Amino acid sequence: MVHVSMAVNGRSASADVDPRTLLVQFLRENLRLTGTHVGCDTSQCGACVVHVDGQAIKSCTVLAASCDGAQVTTIEGLAANGKLHPMQQAFQDNHGLQCGFCTPGMIMASIDLVNRLGPNLDEATIRHGLEGNICRCTGYHNIVKSIAQGAREMGAAATPQAAE
Amino acid sequence: MGVTALGASVKRTEDIRFITGKGHYVDDINRPGQAYAYFLRSPHAHATIDRIETSEALKSPGVVAIFTGDDIAADKVGGLICGWMIHSKDGSPMNVGGHPSLAQGAVRYVGDHVAVVIADTYAEAKDAAEKIVVDYGVLPAVIDVAGAAKDGQRHIHEAAPNNTVYNWHLGDKAATDAAFASAAHVTKIDLVNNRLIPNAMEPRAALGDYDSGTDTMTLYTTSQNPHVARVVLSAFVGLAPENKLRVIAPDVGGGFGSKIFIYADETVCLWAAKKINRPVKWTADRTEAFLCDAHGRDHVTHGELALDASGRITGLRVHTTANLGAYLSTFASAVPTYLYAPLLSGQYAIPNIYCEVDGVYTNTAPVDAYRGAGRPEATFVIERLVEVAARETGRDPAEFRRTNFIRTFPHQTPVLMNYDAGDFPAALDKALAEADYKGLAARKAASVAKGKLRGIGFSAYIEACGIAPSSAVGALGGGVGLWESAEVRVNMIGTVEVLTGSHSHGQGHETTFAQLVSSRLGIPMENVTIVHGDTDKVQMGMGTYGSRSGAVGMSAISKALDKIEAKAKKVAGHVLEASEQDIEFKDGKFTVKGTDKSIDFGSVAMNAYSGHKINTQEIEPGLKEGAFWDPTNWTFPAGVHICELEIDPQTGVVTIERWTAVDDFGKLINPMIVEGQVHGGIAQGVGQALLEGAHYDSDGQLLTASFMDYCMPRADDLPSFKVETIETICPSNPLGIKGCGEAGAIAAPPAVINAITDALGHEDVAMPATPQAVWRAAQKTMMKRAAE
Amino acid sequence: MYAFEYHRPQSLAGAAADLAKPEAKALAGGMTLLPTMKQRLASPAALIDLKNVHELAGIAREGDNLVIGAMTRHAEVARSKDVETAIPALASLAGLIGDPHVRNMGTIGGSLANNDPAADYPAAALALGATIVTDKRRIEAKDFFTGLFETALEPGELITKVSFPIPQKAAYMKFRNPASRYAMVGVFVAKTGDGVRVAVTGAGASGVFRAEPFEAALNTNFSPSALEGVSVPASGLNSDIHADADYRAHLIGVMARRAVEAAAQAA
Repeated sequence: MVHVSMAVNGRSASADVDPRTLLVQFLRENLRLTGTHVGCDTSQCGACVVHVDGQAIKSCTVLAASCDGAQVTTIEGLAANGKLHPMQQAFQDNHGLQCGFCTPGMIMASIDLVNRLGPNLDEATIRHGLEGNICRCTGYHNIVKSIAQGAREMGAAATPQAAE
Repeated sequence: MGVTALGASVKRTEDIRFITGKGHYVDDINRPGQAYAYFLRSPHAHATIDRIETSEALKSPGVVAIFTGDDIAADKVGGLICGWMIHSKDGSPMNVGGHPSLAQGAVRYVGDHVAVVIADTYAEAKDAAEKIVVDYGVLPAVIDVAGAAKDGQRHIHEAAPNNTVYNWHLGDKAATDAAFASAAHVTKIDLVNNRLIPNAMEPRAALGDYDSGTDTMTLYTTSQNPHVARVVLSAFVGLAPENKLRVIAPDVGGGFGSKIFIYADETVCLWAAKKINRPVKWTADRTEAFLCDAHGRDHVTHGELALDASGRITGLRVHTTANLGAYLSTFASAVPTYLYAPLLSGQYAIPNIYCEVDGVYTNTAPVDAYRGAGRPEATFVIERLVEVAARETGRDPAEFRRTNFIRTFPHQTPVLMNYDAGDFPAALDKALAEADYKGLAARKAASVAKGKLRGIGFSAYIEACGIAPSSAVGALGGGVGLWESAEVRVNMIGTVEVLTGSHSHGQGHETTFAQLVSSRLGIPMENVTIVHGDTDKVQMGMGTYGSRSGAVGMSAISKALDKIEAKAKKVAGHVLEASEQDIEFKDGKFTVKGTDKSIDFGSVAMNAYSGHKINTQEIEPGLKEGAFWDPTNWTFPAGVHICELEIDPQTGVVTIERWTAVDDFGKLINPMIVEGQVHGGIAQGVGQALLEGAHYDSDGQLLTASFMDYCMPRADDLPSFKVETIETICPSNPLGIKGCGEAGAIAAPPAVINAITDALGHEDVAMPATPQAVWRAAQKTMMKRAAE
Repeated sequence: MYAFEYHRPQSLAGAAADLAKPEAKALAGGMTLLPTMKQRLASPAALIDLKNVHELAGIAREGDNLVIGAMTRHAEVARSKDVETAIPALASLAGLIGDPHVRNMGTIGGSLANNDPAADYPAAALALGATIVTDKRRIEAKDFFTGLFETALEPGELITKVSFPIPQKAAYMKFRNPASRYAMVGVFVAKTGDGVRVAVTGAGASGVFRAEPFEAALNTNFSPSALEGVSVPASGLNSDIHADADYRAHLIGVMARRAVEAAAQAA
């Protein structure tokens, strides 16, 4: 067993785990944060994307032990004080989800995309930015729209309007 | 807090739980004391099982039990069934081999279920499975579809000589042959409808639970139709009587057909839970999903189209060999027969049609319904034939279609279907305008200037949803009726629960069904809760597939709402001291005609339950009504999709530049959700045309068993889509709905291939049109052009 | 996964000591190793997690070389100003590996040590004439890649950094496997003081290789037109369900021409 301790959605979590425990297993089974999903075995579908120390990673391909000391954010940690994150809201506003299974990973990946590339994203950039996330329901059309809106609103929230 | 109208694109209420990570999928559920199942699967496509030695594995840490086919047989657990009887043209019933949940004496495809290991953890179950010794007697595998029925091929099932399940046909052979004999032009094509792997993002999962105190079983499962699962597990597999078996399908992460079926894995988990008196959980990994989920399509077809001198289609002749895989899955037999051939007439007035279908067993995963199920295959045949015929005879493909469109309704085709409503030219006109067909020549020239090739492809599809009526389903061999049920429960203060036999796994029923109730009862949507997916709550249901939930499921709700309204009027009459006939119901209010005396819906509910102001000897207290709705006919969504694409002839890479869809789904409840269904369908259709294809090698090993090799459409493989609708009302249900779930997947493949072949100067390309395939075809085109 | 011991050394010396344990394997980004272990195709007795070995981090320009620490993530290389200035083709290549989430974890050292025949970095290392620096020695790229998933690394030997001589011009063109998005054909073209090198990944039956016919042509005339009529033989190239050897050979030509064009424009 190996001891791991990390902050998940701002709360400290620690446990003694089998070294082969993946981060996604730690989140789902130890912490019962089941919003992070597993959709494949080959690190391709992106249903398991979470943020570790501010960067999007695939939690199915990282050992929990490697995340010792890390700050982890999952889909459950996005809404604050009962208010949805702008990217969550954008997915609802634009019908960016159907079955909802890929959605947590999509939203976490989208926020990472905006964090890296800023709030003004054209369609090609968004589509390219989703290369690590697979959706079988939406044909991506409304996911792309959702991300464009979510990005703009993240930008607006981050930069208060300059005085005119 | 307003009333939501039909036709409003309201946001989905179910989204909140999904975007906050609060959905409840089967793998999110744990039961106290649960053990984990791991299936030992066949590494061989075809082999006898000569011995299974489990003694070492049983000693492995954490192991609770190991079961094999012998244990299933000893417990007299019934085999898995195919619920649709097809008769061959000679009248004989189809040849069905046994399908045990754990293999008995033989394995018939790679992934077939050899044994199940149940242990305290999943890792321990997997560790132990490696210690099971199986002696296989490897047999030759039958993989090639076209050759499966040839003499000398090894039989896969004793019950099916020549690996033939059936030789089925539909239509008038003599009349069709005569039409061909007198044709001015005959177009012939050979097509392969490529085998697809559904890949709902949520892998299948099951959690079996047994309560020895009440002798009841519960199965949490990823199902599109939990009641059908209960019937099969009860009446056929024999695990428990229906009243002692509860099937729960909670949030389900996509289905596309693959979660209709009753599989071995789920069955074994439920059986084993009682056997070991502990909950048993199994979640497929993606490789298992690739190996064992029922695949789709897989047809080899020869098609011929007869034309007269004026360009009218006079006959259609089709022969198809359909791969049904190693076992007949739940509805496998119906897909290449009654869900296929009756759609071959497309949108065209074709006086003579004859179709033969040979269903064959092969040593591959079972093949069953996948989004569209038979209708994409039919549409591919007719839309490729029509396109090629237009080109061969020098006609504009759009105008050739228009010439042959059916224009009056109802229209009886020679292949069973009675089309009830439609306006095919209207959809074509709108699509041509939206796609700027007139500007195509200029865009083609611009592409050529860049060293690219541009093409346009049409697909004028029609499909049939909501299989009906039940008597016809039975007459065609279906084992069930295809009605739907609903129950509307009004609570004392006028909030409403609707229990539906439909099941939502992405379709947004919690929103659209609530919209219907809101608009009908004049109450806010938030006062309406849709309950589905639990056989202990919903009395009966046939589930969601075949784009049936709007046309059939909502019609059942509508019928129950009629009864609610009728009873509420009686209650209102008593309360308002007026005759029931004088009560009008509008905008949530019951009013005595010509007066200002009225009472709102909530107050009527309260009075129905209090019984204070009604004569309870005349009217029962309470306000709850149920309905079963059986449609009078199938519904016929139709439309025109136009794909415009560009090919890089140096690499063969295809880029879709424009996609225009004009669909007629009848009445729309929530256009936003309908468009989303079309987007997803197109993506799957484009996936079939360009990216996806299951490959088995000649030994029956699946070469595309992960996302590393099976190409799923990603965001940068697709464009944004232009989606428009026209509306002709469906006459066979009270809401006028036709259904929209499969249209995109049906329409898209021929649109893409017609566009590629247009760009390439008619050089044929098989699906999936990978860069390599397109490059090869482009090379031929370039050589031809150089030679000219 | 099979069970294993987990160690997380805090220094290079500690890592070397841990790697001396029986059947120990270094865990860098884990983007290949962990999926392989999940499929039970690898069963190390111990994983030595290098994430805290700070000697393996960092990107620096040292004279005419760009030196990248072995644990540098693909995303860091892709967005590094130093890389963008010195060898923009390398930044661009790093940005094409896997997907954003994989790039946040995967490392240059891990990629080179694994030597997947469809990986991108081996093409860059070979074309640029990189030196792979280990905790024991320096290995020239031309001697480093010894076959499919095979390198010159000895058991327990750890890549510490990679030194890339800065070329005059360079570009990488990748034709992705549509499914896996690994290179079906990737061509790295570099014009250096000691000539042109063209390295091809994704296509060779025994891993990354140099396309000598292209190099000869480009040494005479560094332009796409120099490659007209020059080809790489299909023999020795991979054939699989996605692409046969002939198509791969053709794509090598197309990607090489496009890479030369891009390199010419970038300069």
